[in-house]
Amino acid sequence: MKTRIAAALAAGLLALSACSSANPLSSASPAASGSPTATGATTLVVGSQQYYSNEIIAELYAQALEHHGFTITRQFQIGAREVYLPELKAGKIDVFPEYAGNLLRALDKTSKAATSEEVLAALPKALGDNLRPLTAAPATDQDSFNVSGDFAKTNNVASLADLAKLNRTIKLCANSEISSPDRSYGPDGLKENYGITVEVVPVEDGGGPLTVKALKDGKCDMADIYSADPAIARNGLVTLADPKGIVLPQNVVPIVSPRVDEAAAAVIDKVSAALTTDELVAMNLLSVDKQQSSATIAKAWLTAKGLLS
Amino acid sequence: MNYFTQALAWIADSANASGSNGIWARSWEQLWYTLLAVLLASMIAIPLGYLVGHTGRGRGLVVASSGAARALPTLGVVTLLGLIFGIGLFAPLVALVLLAVPSVLAGAYAGVEAIDPRTVDAARAMGMSEWQVLMRVEMPLGLPLLIGGLRSATLQVVATATLAAYVGAGGLGRFLFYGLKTQDYPQMLAASMLVVAIALIMEGVFEISERLVARRLRRT
Repeated sequence: MKTRIAAALAAGLLALSACSSANPLSSASPAASGSPTATGATTLVVGSQQYYSNEIIAELYAQALEHHGFTITRQFQIGAREVYLPELKAGKIDVFPEYAGNLLRALDKTSKAATSEEVLAALPKALGDNLRPLTAAPATDQDSFNVSGDFAKTNNVASLADLAKLNRTIKLCANSEISSPDRSYGPDGLKENYGITVEVVPVEDGGGPLTVKALKDGKCDMADIYSADPAIARNGLVTLADPKGIVLPQNVVPIVSPRVDEAAAAVIDKVSAALTTDELVAMNLLSVDKQQSSATIAKAWLTAKGLLS
Repeated sequence: MNYFTQALAWIADSANASGSNGIWARSWEQLWYTLLAVLLASMIAIPLGYLVGHTGRGRGLVVASSGAARALPTLGVVTLLGLIFGIGLFAPLVALVLLAVPSVLAGAYAGVEAIDPRTVDAARAMGMSEWQVLMRVEMPLGLPLLIGGLRSATLQVVATATLAAYVGAGGLGRFLFYGLKTQDYPQMLAASMLVVAIALIMEGVFEISERLVARRLRRT
């Protein structure tokens, strides 16, 4: 599967480099990396993960840059971090919306950074010479522990610390990898930091509708759902506070190649400055509820924020 | 060490063998879900297949609808049913039954259809009732093709039963999903090898039963 994604990606890159530029001999072809052309005429490749919310953010960068005269090639819906990270490092993708904590973990497994500031401070070194992070957005999209409204009320819990007082095993619906020793917020982390005994009920849709359904059905007491998921508010779920900060902060941070000059960086920075978690949730909601395309959502948001004027 | 030897080492590691998330427990779940799905599919498909094969009616409808069922993406069915009925075994089991029905059905009616019409006519001429024709002529003679249908159904189901883990129902898919998300590829490969091993064992069982049936048919 990994090779198939890689092959599809390679084929896609080939196809794009073959048809995107009017003059095939022009050095602005996205496959020819490393050689910045004159400002304004630069072709930049914007990538995104295979995650609808990430694609919306990528589309924000892409449209804002296009508005300022950059030519953009879109490389959206790339599956796993380990597939696109080498592409980024090789200079084949110029702009990529990332999540600070998980990116740092992927680059540096031994990192001890825990707070938002520590994570962002550690990123530039971890990324190496060819890539740099731009200013992170206030928006975060990270694992969060949610209980149903009823559960929160009946048991009077608002934080993970309260959960320990219930003195029983908590069933947690989450992807099975939460049990991995790498995860600071898995059963081990919850036991160690909050004294909660957790039994994982594995549901493999990444905190998606099946997980939400399982929580509502009472198959588990608590579910791991991404904090920017509109399903939390819509289902009246209560996100438990994490006073000890065991979940790594995942600020949305654009990762860029050297081909992104100061002019382009300034454009992206303006988008990041306006992007809060609430704004992100609102955009995600348009995708989930109204089935709007990422391009439509991005255009409306950028226009509303005055970033296309 | 390459992935292959690492996968073998993972299987051989006694730490992974026992417990509720051990190799034995997960392999047993995989096998049990497969047998259950094929059994349920047989209860639907065999009578229906014999009905179609014996009467020769409704063939077009049955072939078309079972062909359509084959085209259903199983992960989609699992997700859809999971959203309706919640997590657990029910959703993947229904999806696996849907996957198994077309092959069993095809085996059942093709087995009856493939019999020389003169043989069936001869049975009728001897004064057999329709029921006797079905029970004593068509079913025994159609058995090899039916077993062939069960065989291919089992093979598809045993591999696809890994999707049960998507909705928390266990099986060898647990190791596949866990390995995929944690980039533990040896574990994924190990789980795949275990699925292949179960499939080969089932193939062996079917091979033997096909031979036994063939021998008995020759003798009678």
